[in-house]
Amino acid sequence: MNRNVLSRRVLAGTALAALALTGCSSNNEGADGGEKLSGEVKVNGSSTVAPLSEAAATFYREVQNGVNVSVGTSGTGGGFERFCKGETDISDASRPIKESEIEACEAAGIQYKELVVANDALTVVVSKDNDWADCLTVDQLKAIWEPNSKVANWNQVDPSFPDEPLKLFGPGTDSGTFDYFTDEINGEEGASRTDYTASENDNVVVQGVAGTKGGLGYFGFTYFEENADKLKALKVDGGAGCVEPSLKTAQENTYQPLSRPLFIYVSDAGVKKEQVADFVNFYIEEIDEIVLEAKYVPLTEEQKSTLQAEFDALKAAA
Amino acid sequence: MSTPTTTTETRPDSSASGNALTQRRSRPGEVAFRLAMQACLLIAFGVLAALLTWVLVKGWNRLDSRLWTEMPTGLVSRLDGAGVQSALVGTLWIISLVALICLPIGVLSAIYLEEYADNTRWYNRLLELNIQNLAGVPSIIFGILGLGIIARALGLGFTVITAAIVLSLLVLPVVIIATREAIRAVPQSIRHASYALGATKWQTVSRQVLPSAVPGIATGSILALSRAIGEAAPLIVLGAVTFITFNPDGLDSGYTALPIQIYTFITRSQSEYTELAAGAIVLLLAIVLAMNSIAIFVRNRFEKRW
Repeated sequence: MNRNVLSRRVLAGTALAALALTGCSSNNEGADGGEKLSGEVKVNGSSTVAPLSEAAATFYREVQNGVNVSVGTSGTGGGFERFCKGETDISDASRPIKESEIEACEAAGIQYKELVVANDALTVVVSKDNDWADCLTVDQLKAIWEPNSKVANWNQVDPSFPDEPLKLFGPGTDSGTFDYFTDEINGEEGASRTDYTASENDNVVVQGVAGTKGGLGYFGFTYFEENADKLKALKVDGGAGCVEPSLKTAQENTYQPLSRPLFIYVSDAGVKKEQVADFVNFYIEEIDEIVLEAKYVPLTEEQKSTLQAEFDALKAAA
Repeated sequence: MSTPTTTTETRPDSSASGNALTQRRSRPGEVAFRLAMQACLLIAFGVLAALLTWVLVKGWNRLDSRLWTEMPTGLVSRLDGAGVQSALVGTLWIISLVALICLPIGVLSAIYLEEYADNTRWYNRLLELNIQNLAGVPSIIFGILGLGIIARALGLGFTVITAAIVLSLLVLPVVIIATREAIRAVPQSIRHASYALGATKWQTVSRQVLPSAVPGIATGSILALSRAIGEAAPLIVLGAVTFITFNPDGLDSGYTALPIQIYTFITRSQSEYTELAAGAIVLLLAIVLAMNSIAIFVRNRFEKRW
């Protein structure tokens, strides 16, 4: 089975290489599609997007082992700093580029395209035995999770909730999930109460919440999907009413504030290099499998066609 | 009552003979001080033992040839066949270059300061003071310097050679200081004897002083290189925090190094990465231990006594 996947990928890769070549007349190795590329592809940026790019790099090596793809993790901001100095070809980002970064890129004459490669969503979960809570507002979540929070009982969250001790579970401070949740809910990345059961292993959170009547925890949406029989997901009210976390709401970004698109930014100078264009092509072609490996929410068909169209536009301009 | 017991335990022979010296040694203050020192030693070794036990237990399943024959992977499902080859090769590249860059510069600077410089002059004393200070500068500062000047202003980029130059600058003061100590330990009478036989200054330095100082220089240099191997902070700003599945193939190649690879593995949430990181820690410790053993061997083999 593994071999099938590989051969499919080889086929796709060579077909793409052929495509890339026909569009690139400066290359004289011929458009037979079987030729081997070489050179470097430099990727840097967000550690949240890195698992996607690393998966892409690992798959890509199986079809083009002469191309050296390096994926750095300097954070979204650090990635853009290098990207706008022309030091990298592709920038991983968990937020859109900022005004100041756009100016830096313009000043250096770097043209780029923003490509959405996956959707990220977090889910707040409670036990199946919890029959009182169905939806929490962002303010309620903040009251629960903010630093030095003294909320220890469900009736402190909302007077209509029963007298049931609140037991909290969550990811450890090293995870991107933790950074994202604290940033959106508590207003500052890394700011969180510390008296909860923290584990880097999501299974601990699943077991803990499932086995505690008053338990509450959060993690990535795909992980909830795998454990939907054991847990109940809460709707979240980000100001526009209660929204249920689902593939659809995550893809449409209506599940706010706990869903977001993830980006890669590709520079036109990068795309002019044959191996970079080929790598991005491969990235787009294999995006479903890459997203699956990195455990994010896949793109919709519409998002995928936008992705392809944006990249084609960039190639045409370069 | 406990005082005599301690004496009997530690020095059974002397207490049997009723030596006056041992009697004096068993005063409560002495015993307390001795226990305090032993406690300190225990803390130092306890931490080391705890660390070693943790990495060995955690990384036990990963301590095989996969560590150096396989590349890191970005896919959790393929971690079983993953290793740290690119980081290991990166570290070996960097450390060889550091040795090539830093040893000649360091040793020659030390010879100048020790044999030629007139240390009654203010500028030479200022130079010495600054080298001492440089040895105390936090390593991240060297990283920022490297980022601004070597990677960007000189345009060498985030490459193996940039990392090697920055780490060379970092350990240079250590090499200079160690070499000066070694040269200073060569007795003045050797130099005088050499001059008395009509040797010039250069002949004296190159044929008498330097050969006698080799054990000290070698020990100091290898210990400095061991420090460079474990250094992670400057490399973080120099672009080593990178997922790389190829080995560096030249001075201008991208790279990653073992301490950085360990750091990135540890920050991944899956426990399989922690195991791999523990395996890589054992590998790094083994390299450092091997280099330190060479230092000890060189010192014992070539040491001269006057």
